[in-house]
Amino acid sequence: MNKYLERIYNGVIKENPILVLMLGMCPTLAVSTQAINGIGMGLSTTAVLICSNLLISALRKVIPDQVRLPAYIVIVASFVTVTELLIEAYLPSIYSALGIYIPLIVVNCIILGRAEAYANKHSVGLSVMDGLGMGIGFTLALTLAAAVREILGSGTCFGMRVLPEAVEPIGLFVQPPGAFLVIALFIIIMNAIGIKTRQRKLVENGCDGCCAACTADCDRREDVK
Amino acid sequence: MKGLILIIISGALINNVVLNQFLGICSFLGVSRQMKASASLGGAVIFVITIASAVASLLYDNVLAPLGMGFMKTIVFILVIAALVQIVEMFLKKHSPGIYKALGIYLPLITTNCAVLGVALTNVQNGYNFIQSVLSGFGTAVGFTLAIVLLAGIRSRIEESDLPEPLRGAPIVLIAAALMSIAFMGFADLALV
Repeated sequence: MNKYLERIYNGVIKENPILVLMLGMCPTLAVSTQAINGIGMGLSTTAVLICSNLLISALRKVIPDQVRLPAYIVIVASFVTVTELLIEAYLPSIYSALGIYIPLIVVNCIILGRAEAYANKHSVGLSVMDGLGMGIGFTLALTLAAAVREILGSGTCFGMRVLPEAVEPIGLFVQPPGAFLVIALFIIIMNAIGIKTRQRKLVENGCDGCCAACTADCDRREDVK
Repeated sequence: MKGLILIIISGALINNVVLNQFLGICSFLGVSRQMKASASLGGAVIFVITIASAVASLLYDNVLAPLGMGFMKTIVFILVIAALVQIVEMFLKKHSPGIYKALGIYLPLITTNCAVLGVALTNVQNGYNFIQSVLSGFGTAVGFTLAIVLLAGIRSRIEESDLPEPLRGAPIVLIAAALMSIAFMGFADLALV
């Protein structure tokens, strides 16, 4: 397989950010009430991820190692602001549905995590494909979770009714507890079919592993022990 | 006065930052293994969020809003929070080694805790003034501490139980969080009082 396509496969299947790496749980849990919100959030994150991977990879020889995290944060925050303004201008309904979770893409662990783990070591072309692959993987998993919640919780999918009128939807699934339950269900299925999620190992270490900064800190804590 | 108390209660219980708004999930799931560690993280979070809300509110009202640069808030807030955490860490290290020893290792984790940025942005969105922002930050952080300490208590019981293989690790913690979230939905009625 061509190494550019391999990045897409890696992001969508092998290292799916939500289902395998368990990154970016906050937006996954928060905006997955309707499938359309899942797509909106997924695509916004993908746009930011591709742009930030591109710029960070292009600047990887310029940014000094000691100040790389603040530099990455500024780059990511700028792209998030641009994305936020564009969504506010052109897609106001998505903007009001996603609300505060759009600016919070800045602290989405996937973005800093990919910058630290991939973009600062690889060429611009590969980093863009990595961003694209991770973004598609994130969008697909998020939309899947959102679709499950929407079908169970309101009986609709992308706003179209899929359950017959006679079936009473379980309202709990579009409420906050439903988010935890659906994600728990996904991980149970992953565990049952034998795909090890990364979170399990990290939770056992008592460590976060949510992003580059925390992971670095976890290493430090391991050393102290 | 009643409004101010309601802001604290709303932040801590009604709109619980973790169980209702899903901010700070990473540390909620990651650090809740031991009661002592969770309580220390909670202490550090209360400290940082309260200060960060105060600083963010001052900056927005006195610098960003008068200059018409409200759109820069995300960039400014995240940098201020990152710098603030560093300063707090250095200050504690020098002046109160006791607190530093208890909270120190958790401070860097908080920079990327989305709850801190989330609270600062929500305060701006709700148009809170300085005092309201500080109280809302404090209430939210208390809510985070409450949730993580409760989860740590539940997890210490789960550790000893015999679970089916696929449920071990993250899934059972998420299910416990779901049940806690259902319990916290009961607080929604407090808003009507």
